[in-house]
Amino acid sequence: MGAQPPPLFFREIIMNDLFIELRDITKRFPGVVANDAVNLAVRTGEIHAIVGENGAGKSTLMRILYGLYQPDQGDIAVKGQTAVIDSPRRALELGIGMVHQHFMLIPVFTVAENVILGSEPASGLGRLRMREARQRVADLCRQYGFILDPGAEVGALSVGEQQRVEIIKVLYRGAELLILDEPTAVLVPQEVEELFHNLRRLKEQGKTIIFISHKLDEVLEISDQITVLRHGRVVGTVPAARTTKAQLAEMMVGRPVLLELQRPSVTPGQVRLEARRLRVPGSGKRLAVREVSLAVRAGEVYGVAGVEGNGQTELVEALVGLRPIAGGQLLIDGRDVTHATARAIRLLGVAHIPEDRHRRGIALPMAVWENLILGHHTRDEFTHGALLDRPGIQGFVRRRVGDYDIRVADTNAPVLALSGGNQKKVVVAREFSFNPQVLVAAQPTRGLDIGATEFVMRQLLAARSSGMAVLLISANLEEVLSLSDRIGVIYGGEMVAEFARAEATPAELGLYMTGTKRKDEVRAG
Amino acid sequence: MEYVASLFSVALIASAIRVTMPILLASLGAVYTERGGVVNIGLEGIMIMGTFFGAVGAYLFDAQFPQLAQGWPDLAPLAGVLTAMAAGLLFGLIHALVTVTFRVDQIISGVALNLLAGGLARFLNILLFERATQSPGVRGFTPIDIPLLRDVPALRPLVTGVSPMIVVGLLLVIASQWVLTRTRFGLRLRAVGEYPLAADTLGVNVYRLRYAGVLLSGALAGMAGAYLAIEQAHLYFEGMTQGRGFIALAAMIFGNWWPAGALGASALFGYFDALSLRVVRLPVPYQFISVLPHIVTILVLAGFVRRARMPAADGVPYTKEEE
Repeated sequence: MGAQPPPLFFREIIMNDLFIELRDITKRFPGVVANDAVNLAVRTGEIHAIVGENGAGKSTLMRILYGLYQPDQGDIAVKGQTAVIDSPRRALELGIGMVHQHFMLIPVFTVAENVILGSEPASGLGRLRMREARQRVADLCRQYGFILDPGAEVGALSVGEQQRVEIIKVLYRGAELLILDEPTAVLVPQEVEELFHNLRRLKEQGKTIIFISHKLDEVLEISDQITVLRHGRVVGTVPAARTTKAQLAEMMVGRPVLLELQRPSVTPGQVRLEARRLRVPGSGKRLAVREVSLAVRAGEVYGVAGVEGNGQTELVEALVGLRPIAGGQLLIDGRDVTHATARAIRLLGVAHIPEDRHRRGIALPMAVWENLILGHHTRDEFTHGALLDRPGIQGFVRRRVGDYDIRVADTNAPVLALSGGNQKKVVVAREFSFNPQVLVAAQPTRGLDIGATEFVMRQLLAARSSGMAVLLISANLEEVLSLSDRIGVIYGGEMVAEFARAEATPAELGLYMTGTKRKDEVRAG
Repeated sequence: MEYVASLFSVALIASAIRVTMPILLASLGAVYTERGGVVNIGLEGIMIMGTFFGAVGAYLFDAQFPQLAQGWPDLAPLAGVLTAMAAGLLFGLIHALVTVTFRVDQIISGVALNLLAGGLARFLNILLFERATQSPGVRGFTPIDIPLLRDVPALRPLVTGVSPMIVVGLLLVIASQWVLTRTRFGLRLRAVGEYPLAADTLGVNVYRLRYAGVLLSGALAGMAGAYLAIEQAHLYFEGMTQGRGFIALAAMIFGNWWPAGALGASALFGYFDALSLRVVRLPVPYQFISVLPHIVTILVLAGFVRRARMPAADGVPYTKEEE
């Protein structure tokens, strides 16, 4: 008697073998629950997408899987065995590899050198066996259909090729499960196609892939299963074949309970800030803002909703004069400021709450009082001849600290000694000083706890009541919906839709934010 | 014509090779430390320590073990070289501790080492020899003839009666070039100098490699100082390094952070150094010639360095993210 094939149902079980299973994973950070009792099961040989808005907990979950974070609760099973993954090294031993979003490559090294670094084939005296290394890299490329020259210098490669080097690096270390963190974010469409081709090949050869993204088209195209995260919880796992973009968008965005805020009715006045067909370059040569028109009136909050990385950062920087404008027109109170400096724009009464407060909003090592007057420091109130007038400044600083409830014992202390929420309050207090006419607020509540978030939101509404024109850019849909009078949706550097407050629903906005839908004509403000 | 020919005479070239050595050894050290991402401008100070401890080691060995020194005349200078290298290692360790572990600005630490070395050498010299500025005389290594090469008539004057340290120095160039390009240590050291975070994610110990680079630079700069005291001057005197530690840094940059390049650049500086020592009949005042090595250094740095490519993370402290 020869060996019989296993009965069909056994084969079914083998086919459906779980590579990795997360049970009730919870991870808390001060003030937030990043992952809340997350369950996730990934089968061997499948491409499993994880989607969710920014801050939904995708990255935290992957960092737990790759041993960079330890979960507070819950456990992980790899191939049915409970495992503690306490370092990336341990993750690799278990066959889990991460393809980083920001490449970890040394430009002056060759492909082969980058791949072998840290696990080099070497003989006596530590002599590298480079021929063997190049051969192994070439073999891996052939096996998975990657087109790469092992001897090429990495710095000369395209972004797509560099990504292939990153994937080969992980395969060289024997990974069975590859985690790709937003792999298409840096790629042009042709490179995305090439990547998907490679991923399918990897899957055919039995590799398992976790694909993190918020681009629903791509997710539907490449994955077998899709898990949706929202606010750190799993909303659900659906087979890609049995879902639609619209359904995924709704799962991602949810039906949020809007924060109850007092919104006094304000009759909007004249247009204060206007952008006409604005075009702004990104960090490379490509345009990050391809065409944005908007108009914000006095006494109005105009919300810009969008998934991060669709040109918001560049738009804000252009509006406040921090980034050159490639085309179109920027007007403040009808005055053309397209090519004006940041200082000139500021003097016209434009205040700015920047997205990244550490880079743009405050000078960390400087004192609280210094940060409170930055940019206003040449005003008469603060100067005495050529010098700063300390007594005059102290009165102002004391009032600001009181009005904005900045928790600081001594205003001579450096700002870095303050908590994140209080640092934000310093920025808000400074920007609201001296009656600005226009406020550009980018992600104003990011990283704040609930109390500080409410505070900032109330301040924005108060500014609106006082007749300020407020442009609010936020990745947080709830925030945009609860504050704005009108809402524009930005996708791929373009305003793809504009809604009046009453017309907008989260599900509808979600469709535009993910590029599922677009209005052919965007009404001008 | 005869005048020009004299500028390339065998005697002058032999002299150039001798004065190239200390610059070369220190610049090899500079290559190791900067390839790992740590700038060490304290090389001048470490070289000063090398001159002093080189003389001390050789002198004390002679005084303490006269029989041994009599029987094996090379033992005393060898003791001097090893003492100098140990002192260099210690200074390198200070620099590594301060800059790699505590992430103090690398330039400031280097300046501190330079200031410390000058004062320390003087202080210890008074303590040991009851004089401020110079040590008693010491013996050098027995000169050797290089086998095979000495049979070539044209090379004979260059390869007979040379210091064994010259041979060691040239072998070190070859070895260092090999280590940096062909070994695991070299690949990892360069990775750490280019993109430490990438190396770290692959399990390469960034701190350990940076320590290794800095320690090697200390030992080699110490050896460079020992050469000056033991093989050239046969004593230590104050200020004998004459800024050669800094010239070595220039040689490393001009040599594009490679040992072979450092050899070429050191030889260029060494040639002008030798020239300034030997030229007596000239159309310009002597002082112009004596500053030649430094002028050449400035010209080279101003003119050629733009093409050089330094390690990307050179001079940037590395902080391991604690998450």
